[in-house]
Amino acid sequence: MAHVRLPTVLRPSAGGNSSLEVNGESIREILEAISSKYPQFVSQVLTEDGELHKFVNVYLNDDDVRYLEKLETKVGTDDRISILPAVAGGME
Amino acid sequence: MITMDVVAYEKMVASCLRKYPLEACGILLGTLHRVTRVEPATNIENSARIYTIDPKAMLFADRLAEELKAEIIGVYHSHTHSEAFPSPTDVSQVPDPTWYYVLVSFKRAIPEVRAYEIVDGKITETPLVVESSKSQ
Repeated sequence: MAHVRLPTVLRPSAGGNSSLEVNGESIREILEAISSKYPQFVSQVLTEDGELHKFVNVYLNDDDVRYLEKLETKVGTDDRISILPAVAGGME
Repeated sequence: MITMDVVAYEKMVASCLRKYPLEACGILLGTLHRVTRVEPATNIENSARIYTIDPKAMLFADRLAEELKAEIIGVYHSHTHSEAFPSPTDVSQVPDPTWYYVLVSFKRAIPEVRAYEIVDGKITETPLVVESSKSQ
């Protein structure tokens, strides 16, 4: 099972958990597995087109999945997935 | 109310000063309303007007928080020429309504630091209390 770490903003949509152990062979399968248990979760991380929201970053171990195979990135049983909010702003 | 160790506070302000005139940013780790650690981050926009925290800095801060049994409880950034008040850009891009948002302004000779909660577009200033005890 992959270890999935969730940011505070997503925890209310995932049963209040800070992390989950999830079965899945790709990032998409992992996110779908979480969503099958917590239906509110999916809209927090994926667009209606099924792509990652631009304000969410997903890491497989040390690598941003956008620079790998995106949602089709393969996941191993000992992998660590981190979901993090994108943080931006400024005085403009 | 948010509390912050004086060493963490000085680290935060100094990290902003070092990047001046560019906007600086960083991550606040702690528990509930107490910041126990400040992690300066790279502003990947390299701009005096906008900032984006390096996503990898968020990853490492999250891992550090997990290791310390803490959480990311907020972020800070500097306004180099405007007030220590959230801009429309800041408000529209709030990533987490449970976080604190700390602004460091260099509009005047003495840096001004203020903290806010931003929920559903509503900005509420909250007292920032600097404690003398050292945590980092």
